[in-house]
Amino acid sequence: MNSLMKINETAPTIYEQMVSRGVDRRDFLKFCAWMGAYLGLESSAAAQIAKAIETKRRIPVVWMHFQECTCCSESFLRSSHPIVADILLDKISLDYTETLQAASGFQAEEILHDTITKYKGEYLLLVEGSVPLGADGAYCVVAGKSALDSLHEVAAGAKAIIAWGNCASSGCVQAANPNPTQAMPVSAIIKDKPVINVQGCPPIAEVMAGVLVHLLAFDRIPQLDALGRPKAFYSRRVHDTCARRANYDAGLFVESFDDENARKGFCLYKVGCRGPSTYNSCATIKWNNGTSYPIQSGHGCIGCSEAKFWDNGPFYQRLTNFPGFGIESTADKIGLTVGGVVAAAVLSHAVLTNVRKGEEIGEGPGEKSDSGKPAGQP
Amino acid sequence: MSASHDYQRVYVWEQPVRWFHWINALAITVLGVTGYLIAHPPAFMISREASFSYWFGTVRFVHFTTAYVLMVNFVVRLYWSFAGNKYANWRSFFPLTRAQLRQIWDVLKVDILQFSNKPVETLGHNSMAYFTYTATGLLTIFQIVTGFALYAPTSAAWFPHLFTWVVPLFGSEYTLRIFHYAAMWLFALFTIIHVYLVFYHDYVEGHGVISSMVGGWKFLEKDQIEAEQATGMSPLPSRKPDPKPAAKLKPSG
Repeated sequence: MNSLMKINETAPTIYEQMVSRGVDRRDFLKFCAWMGAYLGLESSAAAQIAKAIETKRRIPVVWMHFQECTCCSESFLRSSHPIVADILLDKISLDYTETLQAASGFQAEEILHDTITKYKGEYLLLVEGSVPLGADGAYCVVAGKSALDSLHEVAAGAKAIIAWGNCASSGCVQAANPNPTQAMPVSAIIKDKPVINVQGCPPIAEVMAGVLVHLLAFDRIPQLDALGRPKAFYSRRVHDTCARRANYDAGLFVESFDDENARKGFCLYKVGCRGPSTYNSCATIKWNNGTSYPIQSGHGCIGCSEAKFWDNGPFYQRLTNFPGFGIESTADKIGLTVGGVVAAAVLSHAVLTNVRKGEEIGEGPGEKSDSGKPAGQP
Repeated sequence: MSASHDYQRVYVWEQPVRWFHWINALAITVLGVTGYLIAHPPAFMISREASFSYWFGTVRFVHFTTAYVLMVNFVVRLYWSFAGNKYANWRSFFPLTRAQLRQIWDVLKVDILQFSNKPVETLGHNSMAYFTYTATGLLTIFQIVTGFALYAPTSAAWFPHLFTWVVPLFGSEYTLRIFHYAAMWLFALFTIIHVYLVFYHDYVEGHGVISSMVGGWKFLEKDQIEAEQATGMSPLPSRKPDPKPAAKLKPSG
């Protein structure tokens, strides 16, 4: 917390800036309570958040773009609550971000250089996109530096690192098989400090804001799950918060997208919904100002907040291709084929047994001679 | 032929082994069927309101409960591989000695490829079978570990949460689920071969292999038992020179 305080002692606090932009006290407190609720905190935490925003000054933020489609930025900009975009884009202040900054060329790179030297150990690093290692990083070069070099340089002095979205968290579509650019997530490259994986393609805007508010208010990294995702938003399966869940337990499934069951809003499990193995807040926070989310709109979850979701296709099948066996080879097809081969082998073995061991079957040693048949020898 | 048709009854499979076998067989069957249903729920187009029905939840409940049964049963069997008799001992399950490896080769020759008709006589399983059960045991451990890892998020109990470290190894739960499901097929294949071979041995050798898993007794020619006890290597093969191989194997009738 002290390190944050050192920043720009004379500058107005975040709250003062908000007030000057016309946010009244009531809206401000509502925002704090709202963020506390998203973070899954008890109600008293709202006061803590309010206090932090009232007293803290701007945190310098560097937002790097590597191999990505900017959908994370787009999601964030379309955050439903105006204060979210305001506080985070204007007040926390983005010192450097390729897609939004006014500066360009040498000027932009100078700002980046200034930020990471002047605020060494104090700035937040937000990464959007994966980092290619193939061809010496030639697939993604900004200002003459490969993404790998930039990331190492900027990460070295960062106070905390957030990996936005599936690209930065687990490689997303660029890392899908066969991963031609050898795209890597941030956590595979930066090993010496924790990386917060804010998963999703893109992540929910309110989740992105919530993670930033947590860092701001509590000055420490939120609790993460085993895959580096903040537990506040990624500890529950989409399945367990799904509005269609009762249909799953009752065994009522959509068989195809145009059947009667689809019209009735049954469970989308059999048409490939990944909700049962996907951790995200889609079913609780929802999208577009809490309007809806894919499953509510009749489309299964594609599991975009999970690693390798592009490789686990097709999206409209429950059990998909088994890795290593080529296209259209589900576990069932392989199992049935091998099972058929085994059954055939067993049958032919049984026939062979009767042919080869016919003399032995049903007789103990010496039985033949006992029975007086012309058995072999004495 | 010196050996008359003279059998001796030998107590091979003790109670815990037999209980393990049948509980395990039942649990694997139940887990396989319910697991298949979970992967491929049948279509019921006649529908009632979801609030009046819970069959899929029940299938999952049965699957999870049976998983606990399978696991506890397996742990008991592990214990018995230290406490039980020599036929149940853990050492038999790892083909590390020359004699065991030789027996595996013999089994391949005699029972699988049938180049030779000289039977491989053992009181417990043969070394090949023991090794197969080691593989099945590893498969069981794999299913327990992956299964509880998949179960953890829906459970508040402490035990499944011991396995949450498994998910990152596979990258995501979805991938883990595919492997857990595919391993079910290996059990199905094992079952086909296992049941066939038990019938095969009972049919060909007449030592009462099938009933041995019910009563615990096997029947073996007296000379075979003596030979085996002489080697002191049971359940390893009696490699004593066969006194009359010709008479035994090739009645020239």
